[in-house]
Amino acid sequence: MDKGKGVMGSSGRRWAVDFSDNSTSRDFIDPPGFSRASLDQDDSTLSRQKKDAESNWKSQKAWEVAQAPFKNLLMMGFMMWMAGNTVHLFSIGITFSALWQPISALQSVGKMFEPYKDAKVELLGPKLVFIALNLGGMLLGVWKLNSLGLLPTHTSDWVSSLAPAQEVEYSGGGLNFR
Amino acid sequence: MVGQKNLKADKDDLILVFGKGCLHAISGIDGEVLWRKDFASESIEVSHIIQSPEVIYVAGFVGSSKFYVYEVNAKSGELLKNNHVALPFATSGESLSVSGDKFVVLDDVRSKIVTIDINNGNINYNQKQVSDLIKDSSGQAVILPSKLPGLFALKINSQVLLIKVTNEGELVALDQIDNTAAFSNALSISEDQHVFAFVQYEDNKIQLSVKDVNDWNGALLKENLVIDHQRGNIEKIFINNYVRTDRSHGFRALMVMEDHSLLLVQQGEIVWSREDGLASVVDVTTSELPVEKEGVSVAKVEQNLFEWLKGHVLKLKGTLMIASAEEKIAIQKLRLRSSEKSKMTRDHNGFRKLLIVLTRAGKVFALHTGDGRIVWSTTLHALRKSEDCEHPVGLNIYQWQVPHHHALDENPSLLVIGRCGPSVTAPTVISFLDAYTGKELNSLSLAHTVARVIPLPYTDSTEQRLHLIIDVNKHAYLYPRTPEAIEILKREFSNIYWYSVETDNGVIRGHALKSNCIHEIVDEYCFVFRDLWSIVFPSESEKIIATVTRKSNEVVHTQAKVMTDHDVMYKYISKNILFVANAAPKASGEIGTATPEEATLVIYIIDTVTGRILHRMTHHGCQGPVHAVFSENWVVYHYFNLRAHRHEMSVIEVYDQSRADNKDIWKFVLGKHNLTSPISSYYRPEISAKSQSYFFTHSVKAIEVTSTAKGITSKQLLIGTIGDQVLALDKRFLDPRRTLNPSQAEKEEGIIPLTDSLPIISQSYITHSLKVEGLRGIVTVPAKLESTSLVFAYGVDLFFTQIAPSRTYDSLTEDFSYALLLLTIVALVAALFVTYVLSERKDLEEKWR
Repeated sequence: MDKGKGVMGSSGRRWAVDFSDNSTSRDFIDPPGFSRASLDQDDSTLSRQKKDAESNWKSQKAWEVAQAPFKNLLMMGFMMWMAGNTVHLFSIGITFSALWQPISALQSVGKMFEPYKDAKVELLGPKLVFIALNLGGMLLGVWKLNSLGLLPTHTSDWVSSLAPAQEVEYSGGGLNFR
Repeated sequence: MVGQKNLKADKDDLILVFGKGCLHAISGIDGEVLWRKDFASESIEVSHIIQSPEVIYVAGFVGSSKFYVYEVNAKSGELLKNNHVALPFATSGESLSVSGDKFVVLDDVRSKIVTIDINNGNINYNQKQVSDLIKDSSGQAVILPSKLPGLFALKINSQVLLIKVTNEGELVALDQIDNTAAFSNALSISEDQHVFAFVQYEDNKIQLSVKDVNDWNGALLKENLVIDHQRGNIEKIFINNYVRTDRSHGFRALMVMEDHSLLLVQQGEIVWSREDGLASVVDVTTSELPVEKEGVSVAKVEQNLFEWLKGHVLKLKGTLMIASAEEKIAIQKLRLRSSEKSKMTRDHNGFRKLLIVLTRAGKVFALHTGDGRIVWSTTLHALRKSEDCEHPVGLNIYQWQVPHHHALDENPSLLVIGRCGPSVTAPTVISFLDAYTGKELNSLSLAHTVARVIPLPYTDSTEQRLHLIIDVNKHAYLYPRTPEAIEILKREFSNIYWYSVETDNGVIRGHALKSNCIHEIVDEYCFVFRDLWSIVFPSESEKIIATVTRKSNEVVHTQAKVMTDHDVMYKYISKNILFVANAAPKASGEIGTATPEEATLVIYIIDTVTGRILHRMTHHGCQGPVHAVFSENWVVYHYFNLRAHRHEMSVIEVYDQSRADNKDIWKFVLGKHNLTSPISSYYRPEISAKSQSYFFTHSVKAIEVTSTAKGITSKQLLIGTIGDQVLALDKRFLDPRRTLNPSQAEKEEGIIPLTDSLPIISQSYITHSLKVEGLRGIVTVPAKLESTSLVFAYGVDLFFTQIAPSRTYDSLTEDFSYALLLLTIVALVAALFVTYVLSERKDLEEKWR
């Protein structure tokens, strides 16, 4: 996907500062008013809660991402219905974008779910749904292609390109010169 | 037909017209036929009609020795008297009228001149030996058909004897002229002065003399001129006079040359000349132009650079519509001059070609398709008039060698077939010509006759095409006569067939090559045939009136015809099929001579390898003439329907049913089908034919079909109408699948609702408002550009155009604005760059925010 744009609603989680990170190997001093001790105090309970909440949020977001193509599917279907079954620029454009979008989405499945990667978050489910929905979108595209008559599913599509058979015999002649 | 007019300027001028054995008297005032007298029953060969105010004498021979004179009343047409004389010997040749009532004719051995005198219906005749008039009378004497008052010219060998016929019927030799070519008729220049012209050969020059009929010593005119020897001998000469400023008479002469060209000579110079031989084109072929050689000299470019720039500025002005009137004219001129059309090199689209035409006179012309100019012309040496070859005619022209591999350094060549007379048994000459220069490479006088030439689909290593020439005795002679050609023929020996159509006895026979000829000496280039099959049509009910076959160089793109429901019909595409049209013998004459009950037209489609009749159809109440064209798997023919009193056109499409079960897609996906493997006629495929007929308004002189390079473009029929125009009719109109109410899908496919007659859309005349006078044939040649077909129509006029039956879908039109396209591209690239920079900048700003 394009840079600077959100992926299916999970807008821009490109970087994050983890304030719970309390490693001591810092080469700069803490900002004034920041007390590291207070953090350390309720670290055990607070961080667990926080992590739980975050993983919950992550899995929720992952499901959201997984279901995002569904909306797309509906929209695509509507557009295809609008385009009709005659071959012209608009219908071809829509059909090919319907074919291209799922393919490009499938290529970047891993990348898409990267931000929600977590030991506690089960990503297989959302991924499968995401893949299934995209495959559905692709099928829709193929079906449209067929209904446009662009798939070689008839004998005529194969025969037309065949050259006529050569003849073994040659016969000439006719009337005599006058 | 003999037409004569009363010389007296009377109000009751009688115009006598003789035609088809009947003499008509037509009033000169209102054109009404006053009376007619039929001489057809008298079996008289009427040669002279002498008109006087009261009586008309009709004279002529019955047989070759009885001379008859009929005296007819000029007012009523009543037969007054009938007289005849039987000569004691037969006569030969035409009789010539010398003066009013005297005729001369030669006897059958050409040794005596007979003078016949009709005096008030009484016939007297005198005879005189030719040897009495000339010492050396060994040659054949011929009376020249020049009309001179009281004189006639007798030609013996190359000499011409002028003989005066006195009032008593005596013959007096006046003069003897050597090396004479042609004699004109007498021309009356004043009350009592008659002049005539003749031409004599003198070394390389030609001498034209004009003399007074009554004064032999002085010539009124003597001029020497040089005529291109390519034009051959002078056949005829006509003179015409004018009065010079000094009140003396001047003469101009029109000469008809051996190659049928016309020259007008005045004051010893050729004022103009016309290639009228082009009015009698007998055969046409085409040749590619030379390939453009690489490397144009720099000087030429630099010299033209300024001109080029100026031209482009002008053109730019023209496109922007700011050019003034003079500039517009300059643009037009520039376009014409710099037009690519008339270049002598091959073009990318294949529009520029040479049309090689053979005329009846045996002269070959190469015409440029761009501007119709004559690139070269050659009178074939072998087809010049000579002792052995009295009436040479050109028969056919073929492409002999078309170099593809060595197109840069080898010229294509042509094969010309000619014959020394009208009969099939006359000796034949073949000649080979260079297609770029017209130089005669070789010429052969053949020992055998030529009844048929079959160009074979094989070429040797030098790309010379193999030809079989078949003589009247059904022997085949192979050309070129090289061992390599024999080798190639031996390889394909069992696959070469030949069929002969015998219209006289209604038989079509099929033959196959058998063995070498058995003559005294073995000629390994000569072959005999064995008969394979014959189709004998019942002679009492059928007579062959037309046969048509596919063009051997036609290219077919696909063997399948796709129906509306994506179903496939397999076309029966065979080059070995023949269309035969037979009419009932009673109805084989002109339209109107037979009743509808007597007339039937029977159509056959025959496989010429096996002799199998693939399709037969009868049209009741129809008759010829049949004009037909065969292309791919269909034939379209034109005939007359006597019941409907209209012309009709029918189409038959032939389909191969035995391939119809090739329907499994997986077979095609995996390539497990046999649709492209070679086929033989002996498989006897099952055939089905579809047919439909339509009315057509015009009678037709010729039908042809467009041909394109790959056969993808849809076809148009080119119909040469009786009005000497060429009409382009889409093949879609002649589609047997047309129905009254085609379904939506069929309409989308382009099937036209069925109508009873074919539409004639005036815009589809490819000749526009022009007429191709005396149209005889149409030739189509594919251009390299798939959408375009080149059309050449010939008759007395020649017409050439290029047509695109499905529009020029594969090329941009001439007025396409390349500048605009270029401008758009540049603008788009600029816009792309600008927006890219802008977006980058915006991105940066976003990041800083």
